[in-house]
Amino acid sequence: MLQKVYDWVDERLDITPLWRDIADHEVPEHVNPAHHFSAFVYCFGGLTFFVVVIQILSGMFLTMYYVPDIIHAYESVYYLQNEVTHGLIVRGMHHWGASLVIVMMFLHTLRVFFTGSYKKPRELNWVVGVLLFFVILGLGFTGYLLPWDMKAYFATVVGLEIAESAPVIGGFARTLLAGGEIIGAQTLARFFAIHVFFLPGALLGLLGAHFFMIRKQGISGPL
Amino acid sequence: MSEKKHRVSRRQFLTYTLTGVGGFMAAGMLSPMVRMALDPALEATGDSEFVAVGLGEDELTEEPQIVNFELEIEDAWYTSEQPRSAWIYKDGDEIIALSPICTHLGCTVNWDANEDYPEQFFCPCHFGRFERDGTNVAGTPPTRPLDVYDVEVRDGMIYLGQINQRS
Ligand code: HEM
Ligand code: FES
Repeated sequence: MLQKVYDWVDERLDITPLWRDIADHEVPEHVNPAHHFSAFVYCFGGLTFFVVVIQILSGMFLTMYYVPDIIHAYESVYYLQNEVTHGLIVRGMHHWGASLVIVMMFLHTLRVFFTGSYKKPRELNWVVGVLLFFVILGLGFTGYLLPWDMKAYFATVVGLEIAESAPVIGGFARTLLAGGEIIGAQTLARFFAIHVFFLPGALLGLLGAHFFMIRKQGISGPL
Repeated sequence: MSEKKHRVSRRQFLTYTLTGVGGFMAAGMLSPMVRMALDPALEATGDSEFVAVGLGEDELTEEPQIVNFELEIEDAWYTSEQPRSAWIYKDGDEIIALSPICTHLGCTVNWDANEDYPEQFFCPCHFGRFERDGTNVAGTPPTRPLDVYDVEVRDGMIYLGQINQRS
């Protein structure tokens, strides 16, 4: 049945070469854990992406219940966690995943560093990787405010203090991020917008560039 | 069938196991999310409580009168008092409380409000009409009678409960 549907579409649109070009390529021996177990370190990039996918999916579903308003944010998170069936699991996925994605990204960076994979011709991909690192830190920072509880609020107070301590532009950056002098209604709305629209957009764009370069240049060679 | 005809190639074996494991993982990941999204549709709706409407039984007549009251509505994380109303009257010993919401498309009906149709509930939106007992008048847009509230009398005061559809 599935095969027939596929054949029907393929006959008209010739889609086979499209996905073959993306999916069909050799996995070199030195990155295959079945050959050398230590090659599992090459899995961390893929694992980072896997957790990012979980973050995006669970985040989309959280947004069905969450409201970015200082009066109702906390109550809506409380409601989705305690009253909605499996809300606890979905919030848990997003909450723990947020830490896990940073752990995975760090391990992936270590692998790239110690295998020297950032060297010519892959310098650009290292740069994109560093940008991805900042975007993901940004997602963690903006997401942390959203539950609007004590921990969220005071973590953001400290985060914005840090921004303010930057020379010259510090004060401006702080006010811009907070949306004014008060850390309150505008800060929450802004952090929400940044968390669910701006940074995920940047993340997807950068991931696209990252994967395009990997496909074009291949995995770096054995040590 | 002999073993030979049924040989599974290495590629086939991998396709089956990887699709199986992958499908299992995807299902494990997605099912809590989907269940969460479906929650409002699957939740059982509880019977609502009776609320006092501030009207004594002795104030009722055979003539429908409007009574306005507040109902505490719990909407997920937001609780508020919302206005409700009923057309309420006595039919012999029985107390009838009709919902004023037109069964056509939800406008609000009025008793005895159109001079051409005295002693009827009249809906201004598409000229829907109902008899005193709430029965829809044939040939007007509504297709079923007005809904009725559960009514209770406690210490001479009127309490209204859940709204019930009649077909
Ligand atoms: C790498 C990607 C992401 C990271 C690292 C991340 C991180 C976080 C963190 C740390 C929190 C606070 C959670 C808590 O304290 O329990 C949070 C909350 C939230 N995130 Fe994300 N997030 C990511 C992507 C997304 C995306 C793509 C969306 C939506 C499209 C989203 C929607 C939300 C919502 C609605 C909340 C508030 C609900 C809650 O606090 O549980 N997130 N995020
Ligand atoms: S809504 Fe009352 S007649 Fe249409």
